[in-house]
Amino acid sequence: MLRSARVVDWRGEQSAASGQGSPLASDCTSMNPRNVVFEEEQRLLEEACTRLARESLAKAIFLIDQNGQIVVAVGEIASIDTTSLASLVAGTTAATSSLAKLLGEEEFPVHFHEGKRDNLHISLVATEYILTVVFDQRSSLGLVRLRVKKATERLTEIFGELARRQSADQGANVFSEITDEDIDNLFSDNF
Amino acid sequence: MSFINYSTREIILKIVYYGPGLSGKTTNIKFIYAATNPEARGKLISLETKADRTLFFDFLPLSLPAIRGFKTRLHLYTVPGQLFYSASRKLIMKGADGVIFVADSQEPRFEANLISMDDLKENLAAYNYDIEKIPFVIQYNKRDLPNVSPVSELRAALNPWGVPDFEAASGAPDGPGVFNTLKAVVKMIIQDLRNA
Ligand SMILES: Nc1nc2c(ncn2[C@@H]2O[C@H](COP(=O)(O)OP(=O)(O)OP(=O)(O)O)[C@@H](O)[C@H]2O)c(=O)[nH]1
Ligand SMILES: [Mg+2]
Repeated sequence: MLRSARVVDWRGEQSAASGQGSPLASDCTSMNPRNVVFEEEQRLLEEACTRLARESLAKAIFLIDQNGQIVVAVGEIASIDTTSLASLVAGTTAATSSLAKLLGEEEFPVHFHEGKRDNLHISLVATEYILTVVFDQRSSLGLVRLRVKKATERLTEIFGELARRQSADQGANVFSEITDEDIDNLFSDNF
Repeated sequence: MSFINYSTREIILKIVYYGPGLSGKTTNIKFIYAATNPEARGKLISLETKADRTLFFDFLPLSLPAIRGFKTRLHLYTVPGQLFYSASRKLIMKGADGVIFVADSQEPRFEANLISMDDLKENLAAYNYDIEKIPFVIQYNKRDLPNVSPVSELRAALNPWGVPDFEAASGAPDGPGVFNTLKAVVKMIIQDLRNA
């Protein structure tokens, strides 16, 4: 129920945003539906992104969830603050998507930022994830667009697998063993 | 929505600071940034107007020690409190695991707190969240000022549910109440995960 609650949550949001009300409203009253990524899909997603980086001659590729959490980061990422990048990409994507709805468009599935040196190609994958390609003059918008299209098919497949596994994985809760002491210890060192 | 990655063994919790304009949401997370060990914090991002008002959001990532082998990371966000940024507030609320309502204790801001609390309820309802079930705490901020309402009055108006609430002065050098507020909501989120 939990994992499917997550999907309900997003659908509920989308229909709320487009003003249709949510038929699923009663299904999600708690705030902790979870987005879970497993090792197998993680590996496949990394493979697909590495391949996209190679074929599109990109500098770096990021796969980010809608809340700004990084799922995959590949390429020349050492000099980039990936956590900041992910939260800003999620913010700008959320704003762009709201703009689309405001204008009566369903979505602006792609947005592009052109810089002097680096460019940013941002697109939606499987409605819930954001694919971000950083590229420079070694590549071109045409090439990136083409390769992103192909990679999106593959990524969508993998996310489909992931969604199936998430709804099958009802049982295991890694947190069921947590004690109150564990929770208190979280704060003892850093603050 | 907590994010759990079995491959990198990390769990990410999103916490949103809500409340009326100028109540001290940004000041809370700036204090947390300044008081946290540099290894445990990422960059503080503030998308603000020229007059230092939050325009879209502030963002601060923090790392807590591992819990049961999972690295725990907190993503703290503040919303822009000014009324007309309603659309942005709604976007930022999405996927939140917990909410901290920062009230401005000053008497002249009493009404502003109520309006912001109604706005929060509306935004939660839009995502089908139930305010009585989510990890939610309230902070009565600016207790260092002379013109504040008694806590009992604020509580009666803002906290009919009896959720954990805290007095704070996030702008004071030692930021009393700031960490207690944050810890309380993190505790509630993790207890929720445990009982899920
Ligand atoms: N005296 C006092 N001043 C405070 C306190 N907390 C914040 N302030 C001041 O209140 C003003 C507004 O604080 P912010 O943190 O920017 O407020 P905000 O809630 O982020 O406002 P918006 O971004 O517009 O929503 C600043 O001048 C702060 O210095 C406090 O505890 N005591
Ligand atoms: Mg602010």
